[in-house]
Amino acid sequence: MAIEVRIPTILRSYTGGAKVVEGKGDSLAALIDDLDSRHPGLRDRLVTSDGALHRFVNVYVNDEDVRFTGALDAVLREGDSVTILPAVAGGAVGGLPPTG
Amino acid sequence: MLTIAQATYDAIVAHARRDHPDEACGVVAGPAGSDRPERFIPMLNAARSPTFYEFDAADLLRLYREMDQRDEDPVVIYHSHTATEAYPSRTDTSLAQEPRAHYVLVSTRDPDRAEFRSFRIVDGEVTEEPVQVVQSPPAADARAADAWAVDAWGQADRRHTVGHTPTSVVYDCPTS
Repeated sequence: MAIEVRIPTILRSYTGGAKVVEGKGDSLAALIDDLDSRHPGLRDRLVTSDGALHRFVNVYVNDEDVRFTGALDAVLREGDSVTILPAVAGGAVGGLPPTG
Repeated sequence: MLTIAQATYDAIVAHARRDHPDEACGVVAGPAGSDRPERFIPMLNAARSPTFYEFDAADLLRLYREMDQRDEDPVVIYHSHTATEAYPSRTDTSLAQEPRAHYVLVSTRDPDRAEFRSFRIVDGEVTEEPVQVVQSPPAADARAADAWAVDAWGQADRRHTVGHTPTSVVYDCPTS
């Protein structure tokens, strides 16, 4: 089952420069595993060692932010389009803000 | 070096002033690969904080979709610091994820003088770059004639003159 995945500039070093790749999986976690099998290292840029999505990486299924649809458990279907976008964030404080 | 139109420069500073004491943020998009910041896009700071900024996730998707459709890059990513200098913090550095963008920092800590500086942030390494302000968008052929006012390290309020235009031009920072 083919799912189109849009890769942001900063992660294209893992995809040989490709802006769009295809993957498969019935959940976001499965899709990321599938992508990582062909683009090693990608998973670590998206998922923390605790097994959660990185706070400052946004993933959308079609137009939906997966944070509201189950995060890594978000359900995927044939023909879905997944977009990965790094957060644009920062600020004057030295440490990171509380996650949430 | 960042080359930016006076009108865009002014719009960034005005946005920073308007949102003070919260941090302001936004993008100046330009044709892909051109390195020309042409389309000013102020963004909402979803954090609404004096010490943090973050584009709203839905806005972020819309922004990148639109730039994709128009074949644009985020040439400039700007935000303000409202009580500290216009230099990337550790947070800014660790969260910077657009290696090809010019990261513009504006400080509004002084109500009369804006600081405007530009940086590259790649793999956590910060490199400051000169800012060249031009009178009109830097179209390929018109660039030299209009260029003036290179204050290499961006003290926006500092008055200075430039040698390579027929008449020297004094730069005044908007202080409103």
